[in-house]
Amino acid sequence: MTIADTLTRPPLQNDYLAYPDARGRFGDYGGRYVPETLMPLVLSLEAAYAAANADPAFHRELNGYLSSYVGRPSPLYFARRLTEHFGGARIYLKREELNHTGAHKINNCMGQILLARRMGKTRIIAETGAGQHGVATATVCALFGLPCIVYMGAVDVERQAPNVLRMNLLGAEVRPVTSGASTLKDAMNEALRDWVTNVADTYYLIGSAAGPHPYPMMVRDFQRVIGVETRAQVMEAEGRLPDALIACVGGGSNAIGLFHPFLNDESVKIFGVEAAGDGMHTDRHAAALGGGRPGVLHGNKTYLLQNADGQITEAHSISAGLDYPGIGPEHAWLHDVGRVKYLSATDDDALEAFKLCAKLEGIVPALESAHALARLPEVCAEVGKDGVVVLNLSGRGDKDLATVAARLGMNLGAIS
Amino acid sequence: MSEGRIAARFAALARENRAGFIAYVMAGDPDPDTGLAILAGLPAAGADFIELGIPFSDPMADGPPIQRAALRALAAGMSLEGVFDLARRFRATDTTTPIILMGYLNPIVSLGYEAFAAKAAAAGVDGLIAVDCPPEEADPLADALDANGVDLVRLATPTTDDARLAIVARRTRGFVYYVSVAGVTGAKAAVAADVAPAVARVRAASGLPVAVGFGIRTPEQARSIARVADAAVVGSALVDAIAEAIAEGRDPAGGALKTAAALSEAVHTARELVA
Ligand SMILES: Cc1ncc(COP(=O)(O)O)c(C=O)c1O
Repeated sequence: MTIADTLTRPPLQNDYLAYPDARGRFGDYGGRYVPETLMPLVLSLEAAYAAANADPAFHRELNGYLSSYVGRPSPLYFARRLTEHFGGARIYLKREELNHTGAHKINNCMGQILLARRMGKTRIIAETGAGQHGVATATVCALFGLPCIVYMGAVDVERQAPNVLRMNLLGAEVRPVTSGASTLKDAMNEALRDWVTNVADTYYLIGSAAGPHPYPMMVRDFQRVIGVETRAQVMEAEGRLPDALIACVGGGSNAIGLFHPFLNDESVKIFGVEAAGDGMHTDRHAAALGGGRPGVLHGNKTYLLQNADGQITEAHSISAGLDYPGIGPEHAWLHDVGRVKYLSATDDDALEAFKLCAKLEGIVPALESAHALARLPEVCAEVGKDGVVVLNLSGRGDKDLATVAARLGMNLGAIS
Repeated sequence: MSEGRIAARFAALARENRAGFIAYVMAGDPDPDTGLAILAGLPAAGADFIELGIPFSDPMADGPPIQRAALRALAAGMSLEGVFDLARRFRATDTTTPIILMGYLNPIVSLGYEAFAAKAAAAGVDGLIAVDCPPEEADPLADALDANGVDLVRLATPTTDDARLAIVARRTRGFVYYVSVAGVTGAKAAVAADVAPAVARVRAASGLPVAVGFGIRTPEQARSIARVADAAVVGSALVDAIAEAIAEGRDPAGGALKTAAALSEAVHTARELVA
């Protein structure tokens, strides 16, 4: 799919900020598709979140930790050499990789752990793919002295070994999951099985803008700080709104966090980038919007990679954080109504962009973020020479060095 | 509409003052032909109802035994159409034992609710339990099933309080399935003393028979549940019997049916022993 194709559909007139509705729906997507055992839990979470959200003391506490512990606001950095390299639009990087623990994931974890404490929960569980969300969850659990269990696909335990070590050092128990393809979707199944078993004391800290309502809304709200800061920072730097935003999309939390405060600004073109793995012409990719169709999994209705019988198929991406067959329901809706254009980048595209960003800007990006970097040429061309583009640099790439070394045929032992 | 097979079977059980035995097996486990042989043998082994699992790649409410059964069935080529086919072939030899499909929503969404309901009815299916479809999301599915005379059987659980019970009961048909433990299938053991008041509560709220499942493995457990519930459901133990038979090179159908016979005997005689 070329960018020209995706831009032909005009966005609908809509108040994009009015969603989800009371049933947790973004258009036809979202909802609460959980077993009856969990239904009372998600309803009480929804009520607890609404109460916290209405309480200025909750926001004061959260903002305090975001500035003194996470290190917010994160800078908006003008990427001069990338701008020169692509010869067009002015490129800014939103530096989420500078947050404590090295990715945007901690924004959400900080919000949810404060909520879990308000709810009196004493045991925290989480799923993780790349390990970034697991590390962020283990971190906030250490901060508040709460026991933490992280479910992680056995394949990801292998390819993200440094993050497993970090989680262990932070006092979390990492439980490798060997069902299915042993990646993120299977870790999420196992976390849900834990939650259904430990209903009284356990808080499930979901790491992306997915799962049953209220998670997609709540995670988005906690990640919105990215877009709110960006808005002020770009006004300060350029005196106007950006022409385009771009972010990678796994479950979609870093992307929706950047996009949401701009959704009603029709002049701002918005691009999400899914993982195309070996390529969209193959069946080895992780692009739920590009290659899936609507269905129900993990508590929400959304686009899913699935076969003709409705069995979920395995996603494939070099990036563990994007290796998921679904996508958050708000993105499914923004795709259908045409407000956000979803592109994709292959493993090879992402690797090239990974190297380019390191070489030109002295920033080693996460492989997830490299998927967004890979689509900069088209987005820059789209907005023209005087355009302003903001890219969400969702995380740093230290965790990916072994993966990149293996892919490039380097021996990590020999080069370190 | 004439009385369906589910209502007829519960009425007969009530007349005989005995509890029903509901045997859960995964459709097409370990392969379609053996799966059919197991189905065909279950009524003679004492199953009053058959709960037929629709295999799904991501069974998030199931423990390892049923997860593995789903994988075996899928690996042997089972699909939702295959499930209908099994039900149809079973109906050729048995016109009275109710079949209740149990599964996850995505294969059903993928086919479409109307098409699913029509095909299920045509195949002789009597009910559906959709694990990940709570009442709040179920109306379109319930409409389609109602229109085709297939009962939507709902789940009540230890976390379902009285306010929710009213919601659960509202459009449930046939019976209510009380999940006796908070957890996945095949993990924790149900305690009859805790289950008895819950069953009474669910029965009062719904006016329907109550089947109890999720924590029943042994004939002893089945017997104690059968004293307080209208039916006892056993799944993981049957599915494990299939897995064990395969591992030991024995006939899976024989293994499953022998286990079913022992469990049904315990359920059927439970109330005599008290009296
Ligand atoms: C650095 C980074 N970016 C992006 C993602 C993808 O998640 P999301 O789409 O929720 O932002 C991950 C997930 O692990 C990540 O670690």
